[in-house]
Amino acid sequence: MSHSPTHRRLPGTLQFLLTTFLVVWLVMAAVPFLWTLWGSFKVEGDFFSKADWTNALTGELTIAETGGAFTGQGYYGAWVQEEFWRAVMNSAIVCFFVVTISLTCSTLAGYALSRSTYNYAFWLLIAALIFRAMPPITLVSGYLLPFFEWNLWGHLSTTIIVLVAINQPFSLWMMTSFFRNIPKDLDESAMVDGCNRFQAFRHVILPVMWPGVITTGLFSFLLAYNDFAVTALLLDKENQTMIPKIASFLGTTQTKGNVMFAVAAVISATAPLFVLIMFFQRQIVSGLTAGAVKG
Amino acid sequence: MKHGTFLTFVAPSLLAMILLIVFPVVSVIIQSFHAQHEQVIEMVESCGPFGCSETATINQEATEALREAEPLGRFVGFDNYVNRGHLAFAELGEAWRSSDTWGEWWTKVMNLPFYSAIVFTLTFTFIVTPLTIALGFAIAVAVNASVQKIRGPLIFISLLPFIINPIVGSLVLFWMVDARGILGQLIQWIAADPDLSVKASTPMMWIMLMVYGIWHSAPFAFVVFYAGLQTINQDTNEAAMIDGANRWQRVRYVTIPHIMPLVTFVALIQLMDNFRVFEPLISFSAEAHAQSLSTYILSDLTGETVLYNSAAATSMLTVICVGILLFPVLVRTWRDFKRA
Amino acid sequence: MTKFTKLMGATALSVVGATAAFADGHGCAAEGRLSIIGNEFPAIQSVAAKALECSGIEGESNLTADHQSLNVPGMTGDPAEYTTAIVANSSIVALMNEDVIQPLDALVAEYGADIPDHMKISVNGEIMAIAFMANAQHLVYREDILEQAGLDVPTSYEEVLAAAEAIRSQGILDNPLGGAYAAGWNLAQEFNNMYLGHGGEFFEPGTAKVAINNEQGVATLEMMKALSEYMNPDFLTHDSNATSAEWEAGNVALMNMWGSRTGVLMDDEGSAEEVYSNTKVSGPLMVGDSGVPATTLWWDGWTVAKNISDEDAAATFQAMAHGVSSGLLNDETMGQAVWLIDGFEPQEVNEGVLATVAAGAKPYPMVPFQGLLHTALGNELSDFMQGNESAEQALADVEAAYTAAAIEAGFVTE
Repeated sequence: MSHSPTHRRLPGTLQFLLTTFLVVWLVMAAVPFLWTLWGSFKVEGDFFSKADWTNALTGELTIAETGGAFTGQGYYGAWVQEEFWRAVMNSAIVCFFVVTISLTCSTLAGYALSRSTYNYAFWLLIAALIFRAMPPITLVSGYLLPFFEWNLWGHLSTTIIVLVAINQPFSLWMMTSFFRNIPKDLDESAMVDGCNRFQAFRHVILPVMWPGVITTGLFSFLLAYNDFAVTALLLDKENQTMIPKIASFLGTTQTKGNVMFAVAAVISATAPLFVLIMFFQRQIVSGLTAGAVKG
Repeated sequence: MKHGTFLTFVAPSLLAMILLIVFPVVSVIIQSFHAQHEQVIEMVESCGPFGCSETATINQEATEALREAEPLGRFVGFDNYVNRGHLAFAELGEAWRSSDTWGEWWTKVMNLPFYSAIVFTLTFTFIVTPLTIALGFAIAVAVNASVQKIRGPLIFISLLPFIINPIVGSLVLFWMVDARGILGQLIQWIAADPDLSVKASTPMMWIMLMVYGIWHSAPFAFVVFYAGLQTINQDTNEAAMIDGANRWQRVRYVTIPHIMPLVTFVALIQLMDNFRVFEPLISFSAEAHAQSLSTYILSDLTGETVLYNSAAATSMLTVICVGILLFPVLVRTWRDFKRA
Repeated sequence: MTKFTKLMGATALSVVGATAAFADGHGCAAEGRLSIIGNEFPAIQSVAAKALECSGIEGESNLTADHQSLNVPGMTGDPAEYTTAIVANSSIVALMNEDVIQPLDALVAEYGADIPDHMKISVNGEIMAIAFMANAQHLVYREDILEQAGLDVPTSYEEVLAAAEAIRSQGILDNPLGGAYAAGWNLAQEFNNMYLGHGGEFFEPGTAKVAINNEQGVATLEMMKALSEYMNPDFLTHDSNATSAEWEAGNVALMNMWGSRTGVLMDDEGSAEEVYSNTKVSGPLMVGDSGVPATTLWWDGWTVAKNISDEDAAATFQAMAHGVSSGLLNDETMGQAVWLIDGFEPQEVNEGVLATVAAGAKPYPMVPFQGLLHTALGNELSDFMQGNESAEQALADVEAAYTAAAIEAGFVTE
């Protein structure tokens, strides 16, 4: 790493320490992914290499079983045989709606919370935060009976609404602190000019809120994408999302799963996140910079 | 803002939270004060492919009447909270009376499932949270000090541990630290002990869970702090430099005060999330070595016979603990709110 | 078990006739709804697929590892979401406790003439489920390693210990024993096996009061501890999946394993030739001098929900009866399980389970509060296995944990 203009005066030893530290961290962050990616093209015996760990590199059993050092069996099994693409579609639907609905609700509510000076606004925020502490497994097992009773169980739409609700406290908190950093004068002067609250929101706030919305949206997306507790229990086998599907590849105490399908599916499920982060990393940072975390 | 307008704005959000969080929480509270009806047990003959035998069963007609009378079950007050599975007051008292030394008393307390779960949960929370913040801050500083051109890829790689699904991420790590896995072999080589197994020792398992916890959340702290570093007022920094402040003093008196509100934010989120630690314990099959409050609830909810009341009581205790943990942060937020 | 043993002898003779008779397939037609909830292993998939074949029904299935969390809530509503749940002798009690399944006597009389008596699970004279497959844990061993060490196939845990010592001291394998000792359900199951093998009783007769803190309980834990000395040091994280993986890697010579798993161990996938071709099964292991094998017998079967219309119940019954009729058995499904269905031809992999039945092993207790004890054992025994507390203390902890849970669930009054 060479010297950047603003840090021209960074002393050599410090620079060296920082660089070493960064390299160590990058290795720690990336190696598990690379390892899994590499292993996903092997057979189970090599991936776990219980006999000798170097097998995972050389692929001894993979060669013995498939003839080549790499095999696409895991991917074939997951995508073709087990129809992983269905889970991908379901995940896409769930994520899209969770993000959209969640952002709509939390943007409106977050704006109101940031502009209200009454105490109840504060208590609402705190109550939301405390409720967030309730372990999701307890909530979900409480949903089961009424959902079955009212015939709501097993639909993607129910799951979406549940994820939106569970996600609200965090989104609210982020959006509220984001709006607090947009000066009140902006919308208040618009209201002096004769706009009502909604018009002020639409014309003045809407155009400047996007960095915060994108950042909050990404967090909602990650929550919906990675959820297991809710989706595993509220969705039918037919409309499972990716994470429960991967878990089902892993098997249970009663069945041996096809672990390599799971490994291949893990890589497949992580790939879209890579793309997403690559596209949005600047927005995440600028969104956070723009205020969501200014306190 | 007017009450009516406020209500209109928050209505959708509020509605979702009332229906799907508040109502269930109220039901959890009610459940936690109830227990199941007395079951009327009778001995009957049951037969199957392996022959017949005398077994116990529930007399449904007799139990039905009790169920009709009180659909929620027996009201038991705080019994669920103080029984052996939770706060275990009777057992604590007994341990106190029968122990001669603190060590003996502590062993007896740790033998109670709720206390051993809460000790792990608190240890995890209070070790992982500060280390996450420290590591996140260090990465943010290091990335911020690097050349503009390579910052993109650096941020990207640094965010990876955060975006991966926690169950999957911890499972991959669990596979790697197996005594014959690549990391397990590395650890054995470093420790010069060919029989060392992370999965066989409680302290190693705890360390591994915490390392995973830090690895997973450090990127979150990093990205927040990195964003914060972008907004440091360069004038203040330059002014400090002109005043002869050295690098360390500038970090101490300019950067850290600027970052402080962010530390509060990250600490708040991390305290809550770490207190609910769940996925890594499942993926690491850590049950023998570590139990958190969340996995303790899971074990009540997934047996052949579901103990919903017990799970409700543990959940309420979890919420109360989180409330206590967050209290200082809440007080701070209240002050900020009043100031604004 | 006599009926079942007789059946095993009988089927060997009547195989040809039976398959011929059913080869053209039963017609199955019924009007109504069929909705199956059950576990996801291959044998259940086959049964569900067969049942859904039935013409005229409106059918669906949800076969998932989470079935136990879903079946009770899913059958509690009126009408129930699921018209049938596939359960085992351990999990049927949850459905009976909550009173969500109906007695099948009338349906059997009307539509179930073909169902042999040994498939009927009856409680207090009422048929509550139709069992279709059996399972049990039994010894699996490596023929080549026993030969190399000059040992006979062990028949008791005492002999297993001696064999393990011999294999280790000859330097053949470091950790010659395997076992699903993962803390939680698996560890508790191993306790149950060993405790029954010592001739223990779990409860005071006629009550839900637990009684395991006794001589047999201590002997059980000591035997488990002694065995664990010869296992991979990670044994408390090894469920049956991980134990099977150890086996396939060739690191283990003897283990007590589920009959349903042996097929995977004996096929040529996932392990070296010397491992799979030398993998052999034998009967259950004995322990002490009680004469009861240290294992349990299991069945899987289907039930019919209570809160559904008579029409749906009839349709569900007919479809499920079709699902477990002799027509189910073909080359592919034959090896998936030890079927209780007429026409089943035992395969080599099934010998262990059949030997276990023949040896007079006890079934896993179908008792309303057994699940609570199982959970308590799973949570409390790992401290002892790690050497952190005495056997008596561990058993006292189990009893205390069970009692707290049983009071809450209403089985025990203080």
